[in-house]
Amino acid sequence: MTSPQPSIPRQGRLWLLTVFVIVANVVGNLALSWGMKHPLALRFTDVPWIDGLFSPWVLLGVLLLALWTASRIQLLSWADLSFVLPVTSVGYVLNAVLGYWVYGEQISAARWAGTGLILLGSALTGFTPPKDKSV
Amino acid sequence: MKWVYVGAIVAATMACDYLQSSAGKAHAEGRERTLFGQWRVGLSIAFMTLSFFSFTQLLAIAELSFAVPATAMTIPAETFMARYVLKENVTGRRWAGAWLVAVGVTLIAF
Repeated sequence: MTSPQPSIPRQGRLWLLTVFVIVANVVGNLALSWGMKHPLALRFTDVPWIDGLFSPWVLLGVLLLALWTASRIQLLSWADLSFVLPVTSVGYVLNAVLGYWVYGEQISAARWAGTGLILLGSALTGFTPPKDKSV
Repeated sequence: MKWVYVGAIVAATMACDYLQSSAGKAHAEGRERTLFGQWRVGLSIAFMTLSFFSFTQLLAIAELSFAVPATAMTIPAETFMARYVLKENVTGRRWAGAWLVAVGVTLIAF
């Protein structure tokens, strides 16, 4: 008797979750950024930064980043850190691209170069053995 | 002010990861019966909250293209912590990656 096949192939499931992790992080940061920069006119307290946390955009961002944390833990249980870290570090570049594209942020050549180096550095860190007890 | 928030994010994340790593090792070595019932895990969640709160405040005053890459500063900072506090073995490639991230974070300031 054979065990039932998952509806999505194993490799497909892995990539689907990877894409979800990246999208949840990038969209979560985008929503959080928008909510923190555009606070509601409503006042619940006398402290502006506490009121800012009640914006629907901030709540959406918090929800997506909570889902990102949970899905990243799930992804780490399916794949090695050396896969997860470099692949998800694409998020650094996507956040810069969305900052430029959605918010019209002026990004200098140095900032693009810095973002590229961060992507490269995280990828390099990821392509190392996850555990070494030789010390 | 934005670098103060970056510093707070890095410090709180380091404290959180240190506590979670210690909790994981204590559980693995049999010094603690449970993983999630440890005081270290509870305190790590407090630091995680502080880190997230600092991140929201950073997003309120800084561009998205600065705020998100800047949080990558936790990578070189935690590499130092892993080597000199947790006494883990850190390979040359991992050091190189950490330095690239540090240079990258310096560049995004411009």
